[in-house]
Amino acid sequence: MNTMRSKLTSHLYLSLFSFLMLYPVIWWAGASLKKTEELSLPTIWPKVPMWSNYVDGWNFSSEYTFAHFFGNTLLMELGNVLGGVVTAAIVAYGFGRLNFKLRGFWFSILLLTMMLPGQVTVVPQYIMFNKLGFVDSYVPLVLPHFFGGGAFFIFLLVQFIRGIPRDLDEAATIDGASVYGIFLRVILPLLKPALVTVAIFTFIWSWDDFFAQVLYLSSIDKFTVGLALRMFIDQFDIQWGQLLAMSLLSIFPSVLIFFFAQKHFVEGIATTGLKG
Amino acid sequence: MSPWLIGFLLLTLWPIAQSFYLSFTDYSLLEDPVWTGMDNYNKIFTSDATFTKSLGVTFMFVLFSVPLKLFFSLMVALALNKNIRGMNIYRTAIYFPSLIGGSIAVAALWRNMFGIDGYINQVLAWVGIEGVGWISNPDTSLGTLILLNTWQFGSTMVIFLAGLKQVPQELYESASVDGAGKFRKFISITLPMLSPVMFFNLVLGIIGSFQTFTSAFIITKGGPINSTYMYALFLYEKAFKHYQMGYASALAWILLTIVALLTILNFAASRYWVFYESDGGKTK
Repeated sequence: MNTMRSKLTSHLYLSLFSFLMLYPVIWWAGASLKKTEELSLPTIWPKVPMWSNYVDGWNFSSEYTFAHFFGNTLLMELGNVLGGVVTAAIVAYGFGRLNFKLRGFWFSILLLTMMLPGQVTVVPQYIMFNKLGFVDSYVPLVLPHFFGGGAFFIFLLVQFIRGIPRDLDEAATIDGASVYGIFLRVILPLLKPALVTVAIFTFIWSWDDFFAQVLYLSSIDKFTVGLALRMFIDQFDIQWGQLLAMSLLSIFPSVLIFFFAQKHFVEGIATTGLKG
Repeated sequence: MSPWLIGFLLLTLWPIAQSFYLSFTDYSLLEDPVWTGMDNYNKIFTSDATFTKSLGVTFMFVLFSVPLKLFFSLMVALALNKNIRGMNIYRTAIYFPSLIGGSIAVAALWRNMFGIDGYINQVLAWVGIEGVGWISNPDTSLGTLILLNTWQFGSTMVIFLAGLKQVPQELYESASVDGAGKFRKFISITLPMLSPVMFFNLVLGIIGSFQTFTSAFIITKGGPINSTYMYALFLYEKAFKHYQMGYASALAWILLTIVALLTILNFAASRYWVFYESDGGKTK
């Protein structure tokens, strides 16, 4: 009896807490359909839903619709995810399996860069990209992802690779596979769930990386969704309904991807059962 | 690893070195850097009131938001580490605010909710509290940003949750045999076993908080009266609004020094409270 009551309390407490956490988001969804006058109300559903918030928000700029900004962002993301996943896998394979001089040293350096505040490198990086004439292009946003996809991801993949039994490599070597063969045929397929994780986080984080976008993109036709949203905020008279509607749309890709990927996270755990 | 190495040399090591060099120069992007020695640092430490202000604001932010986030995420992780039906739904719900991250969309939402006409004030009015302009009042603006940061405790929580899963159940069982109560088990088993994870979260939390940018940039623009003028925002404006690249580099190096010192301090202190199983069971 006692455990049942404690389970019930847990449910009660957790649902209340989940509700509190989610309330702003639920309110947000309702608010995106509200008239400005109703926005200050904590209620969720508006008296008369203003679907026009979405239409007007979508078309708010006289030059471009949000379709254009979404297209830009997705294009940038395609490069980021591709670059991040491919190079992170190669680098992690190197750290996880190959023996080379100073491996320990370089690995510690890699971990140290995780602690480096981005502000330290941003000024010289900007100067560099400026001299190369890449400011106001996607190069400064995408290119860094082609150098290993970030220390955190490399670290994650190295940990994962270390969990893969070495016997598999040895068996492949006996079968005549080269170092590259082992990487492509043995490691890469097993690494898939971890790579999915890397892809998802790369996507979500670079979608949210407002700092870099604000820094490097300046012409409207290249704007990402985040920068387009900022144009709303910088207006003298903010159309809150429209802004909230478009903001809500802007988080959709990340949320969708997360839900789609949850299945793969589970698969990732299942794959590690291979060890036993 | 060669792609990373090239990237590291090109996009990390070289910029760090360059930023160090630039911090001793006057450079506006248009002309070549002019060597000015310690001028930037002198100015920052002796006559730049904004520096003192923004550093103070950032310290306050770190001081409050890091422990708050750690505390909440640990409590929630404990609650989520039970075996009850529907746990996945709770986890997703609680993780949700963190999924949408530091995006500008969330900043917009926050700005509306906590505005003088925002719904938070309406809710407070029901219980008889007169709201203030949370964002436009210098006494509450920083608190509002801290609250936003705390609301997004999901990743910290997930790391705690993973840590909790690794605590061997036998420890709890044998403690039960010894007659230990819930609280006792938490203090003597859960906390020490969780201390490495706690340490990891603490270090990353401090480093991350020092770099908070989007919320200050979008929600408050550093105002009112610079009450939320975070260090990262200060640095950004010096570099990319005023184009004082040398000055900004000096600011970056000061940030690096502070973060490094705090991290070293953290590592040194960790010897006294972080418990690693491989140490053979020494707590101290």
